[in-house]
Amino acid sequence: MTDSSSWDWSIGKRQIADITQWKETFGYVEEPYVSPDGEKIAAIIKTEDMEFSVCENGNAWENAFDKVWFLRYSPDNRLTGIVSDTAEWTLAVEGEAWENKYDFAWNTIFGRDGKSMLLMTQADGEYSVLINDVPWEETFPYMTNLAGNADATRAAAVAQTIRFSEGDIFAFQKGCYTVAVDGKVWDTNFVNVYEPVFSADSAHVAAQVRTSLYDYTIVVDGEPWPAVWPWVWKAAFSPADGSVTAPVKTPEGWTLARDGHVFWGQRFAQLWHHVYSPNGMSIAAIVAPKYGHWTVAIDGNAWKKTFNDLVTDLVLSPSGRRAACAGKENDRYTIAVDGTPWPFHCDMAWEPVFSPDEQHVAAKIEKDGQFTVAVDGKPMKAQFKNLWNPVFSPDGEKIMIRAIEGSGDKETYVRQVLPLTEILG
Amino acid sequence: MGEPASKIEVKNIKDIGLDEGAARLTPERIEKVINEVIDNETGARLKVYVDTCVHCGLCSEACHYYLSNDKNPVYAPAGKVKQTLWEIVEKKGKVSPDFIRRAAELCYTECNLCRRCAMYCPFGIDVAYMMLTMRRICHKLGVIPQYIQDTAQSHSATMNQMWVKEDEWIDTLFWQEEEAAEEIENLRIPLEKEGAEVMYSVIGPEPKFRAQLIYQAAVIMDVAGVDWTMPATPGWDNSDMAMYTGDNEMMGRLKKEHFETAMRLKVKKIVMGECGHAFRSVYDMGNRAVGWKMPPVQMVHALEFYYDLFKAGKIKVKEKYDKPVTLHDPCNVIRGRGLHEMARYVVNKVCETFIEMTPNREHNYCCCAGGGVINCGPPFRDKRVYSNRVKADQLAATKKKGVEVCIAPCHNCHGGLEDIIHHYKLGMELKFLGDIIYEVMEKPE
Repeated sequence: MTDSSSWDWSIGKRQIADITQWKETFGYVEEPYVSPDGEKIAAIIKTEDMEFSVCENGNAWENAFDKVWFLRYSPDNRLTGIVSDTAEWTLAVEGEAWENKYDFAWNTIFGRDGKSMLLMTQADGEYSVLINDVPWEETFPYMTNLAGNADATRAAAVAQTIRFSEGDIFAFQKGCYTVAVDGKVWDTNFVNVYEPVFSADSAHVAAQVRTSLYDYTIVVDGEPWPAVWPWVWKAAFSPADGSVTAPVKTPEGWTLARDGHVFWGQRFAQLWHHVYSPNGMSIAAIVAPKYGHWTVAIDGNAWKKTFNDLVTDLVLSPSGRRAACAGKENDRYTIAVDGTPWPFHCDMAWEPVFSPDEQHVAAKIEKDGQFTVAVDGKPMKAQFKNLWNPVFSPDGEKIMIRAIEGSGDKETYVRQVLPLTEILG
Repeated sequence: MGEPASKIEVKNIKDIGLDEGAARLTPERIEKVINEVIDNETGARLKVYVDTCVHCGLCSEACHYYLSNDKNPVYAPAGKVKQTLWEIVEKKGKVSPDFIRRAAELCYTECNLCRRCAMYCPFGIDVAYMMLTMRRICHKLGVIPQYIQDTAQSHSATMNQMWVKEDEWIDTLFWQEEEAAEEIENLRIPLEKEGAEVMYSVIGPEPKFRAQLIYQAAVIMDVAGVDWTMPATPGWDNSDMAMYTGDNEMMGRLKKEHFETAMRLKVKKIVMGECGHAFRSVYDMGNRAVGWKMPPVQMVHALEFYYDLFKAGKIKVKEKYDKPVTLHDPCNVIRGRGLHEMARYVVNKVCETFIEMTPNREHNYCCCAGGGVINCGPPFRDKRVYSNRVKADQLAATKKKGVEVCIAPCHNCHGGLEDIIHHYKLGMELKFLGDIIYEVMEKPE
C-alpha cells in the first residue's frame, strides 16, 4: 500500500498549477493526470516542433517524442508515459525512456507501492513482457490479459503457444493457449484462458479456462480443477489460506466454488467480481438475486437494496467488516454502503473510498456537469470543473481534495486538505 | 435483372464445419444434447410457438428467401421450422446426423433472423427465436459453418471478431488520428480518457478493413465538440458472432467485457458505429444473457447519435449531397429499435434528393447478409445472393426513379448489398450515412 503519512496533511488549499497558462504556452494540452499525493499535475503537450512531450506543474519534459500516451502516475508519485521515438516504443519514467524498445508497448501496470512497473511489448510479431526495463527471455506469437503480482515484480499473461491459421477451427479447438508466468508456460494448453491472477503471496497463479467449446473450469498453477461448469468468472485467492474461489454457473444458478467444489449455498441469477477482505475471512461479490436486480452479497447474503441498472466498484473496508459500491437505477447513480444507499442520485459516481479507520466513506460524484466529493452521503458545498478520487489522511480525520477550479476557460489545479468535520458538520 | 434463383445450383454446398461436425455425431449424443437444450434452456415461449402455429402460411410472403426462390415452400418461415425444431420436438431428439447437417445449414444460412415474418404472423410467432434455438443446439453439437465458427473463436481469444491483437487496435487508432490530424489540426482520438461523456465503440472489421470509418467518426466527434474516448483494451468491439453461432456463454462474456470497459471509463453512454447485429447484441440478447435487463450503460446507435447532433445543431451542412439516394433500413435497428424516422431526418438533412425504396421502414426486406449469414463465408455466398432477388428488385425500382446511391447504415448490410448490386449489375454506389455526413459537413478550414 502507498504510505501517505509523509504527505502534507496540513489544513489549507494550495494552487499547484494554472492550466489556462499551459494552454496559452503550448496550445495543445491533453487531459491532465494528478499524482497520488496531489502535489503534481501533468498533461501531454505538443512542442513548437509538433512533437509530443509532457508538462508537469508548468514545466515541460526536456525530451520530446513522436508520440506519448497513457500518461499515468505510479503510486509513489513518479510520472510515466508510453513513448515512441522513430517508431520504437517503450516506457518513459520522469521523462527518461527505458533502454529496451519495441515495435509497440502498452498496458502499464504498477506495483502497489509504485517501485516496480511492467508492460506488454511486441517486436517482429513476438509478444513479451518488460519489467523495470528487464525483458522476459521468452516471447510468444500472441499474449493478452497481462497481470502483475501485488508489487508488480512478477507477471502472468495468457500466451498463445501453438500457431494456427485463421479458419483452422479444429486446430483452435485442440487448445493453443495457456498461461505464461515470468515467461514460463504451463504444461497444458486450453481452448481459451482468461484473466490470470496471482495469490497474495505471489507464489501461485490461477485462471479461468475453457477446456472444450462447452466446458469451463479454473486452473491453478497449471492444474485444472476436477469439475467443469458451463460458465465461470474470474478466480481469486484467499489471503487467509491460499484456497481459490470462483463464480460458477450451476443448474440452479450462479454460486461460488472453492478449490473445485461448490462453496456457497446461495444461488443467484448472476455473481461476479468477488473480493476478499485483507484477512481473508470475508468475501463480497456483486450479485443479481433475481434477473435484472443487482446488489452486493457478503459471504453469500445479499443486501435487500437492489439496483435495476447495475452495481459496480465494489470495495471492502480494510478489515472487511464494511462494504460499499456504486449502484445505478433508472439511469441515476448513487453510492451504497453496507446495504444502505446514500440519500441522493447523481449522473456518475466513482469508486468509494473507506477511511483507514473504516468510520467514513467518500466518493467523487458528478451532477449536472459539476464534480464534488461526498462523505457519508453528504456532498461538499464546493463544486469543481473536475476532480480526482478523494484521499483520507492516515488518521482518518482529514480528506484531500485534488480538483480543477475555475469558470469559463479559466482552469487551475488546487490541492486542498480539509478536516472531515467541515464536510460532515 | 438477375437470373431466377431456381436456375442456380445452391445445393450440396461443402463446408468443413458442417461436414466434419456432422460426421462426428452419434444418435445418442444428438438426442442427449437436444433434450438438454429443450428441457433446460427453453420454456413456455418455445412450447407456445410450436403449439400455436396453425401453418397458415402468412409468414411466407414476408420472407425474402421464399419470395426470391420462386415461392419454394422449403424457404417459407413455417417450412424452415418444420424442417428443424418441429421435427426435433416431435421425435424428442431422435434424429440423424444427416438431419442435423441439413438443419444446421438451414438455420445458419437460410434465415437472417430478420424478424420480418413475425410481423406477418397472426400470432406474432418469432421464427428467429426458433432458428436461434436450433443454432444453439447445433453449437452444442459442434455443427457450425466454418467461417462463422472461426469468427466466434476469434471473439473468444481476442474479444473481437477479426483476430485483431491488442497492439494492432491501438496502433490503428494512432494511425487514424495521425491521418485525421492532417485534415484538422490537433484532432485527437482520445484513448482511455476516464470520465468522458461518450465511449465510441466499433466492430472488428473497422480497424481491419474499414479504418476510414474511424477517421470519419473522429472528425464528426471533433467538429461536434463531443467529449469522447475509445478504449485501449479489449472490450472495444461491440460485435458478436457468438450470438449467432449459439455460443450464448461467449456472447455474455463479450458483452460483460464491453459494458465493463465503459463502466471502467466512467462514460455516460456508448455510441456505436453503423452496425445492426451488434446493436441486437448490446441492446437485447448479449446484455440479457448476463442479467442486465437493459444495457447497463446507455447505448446509442449511430443513427440516433447523428440525429441528436443535427437536432442540436452541432453539425452543419456545407452543401447537401447532390446524388439521388435511397435508404436501406437495417432490420436490427429499425424493426429492432425503431430508428427509421431518425434515419430519414438525417438523410434529408444531408442529401438533396431522397427516394424511398418500397417496402420500407419496418417492412423493409433484409439485406440477406444479416443474422450471421454473410459470416458463414464464401461457400454460401451464391445462395445468399440468389435468395435476395427481391432486394435487387427493390433497388432496381429506385434506380429507375433516378437513385444513384444506396445508404446502408449497417456493416453486414453493406457486405450483402455490395454482392447484390454487383451480381444483379445494378450499378449503384453504396455508402454509410457517416460517409455522406463526413463529405458534406462543415469542417474547420
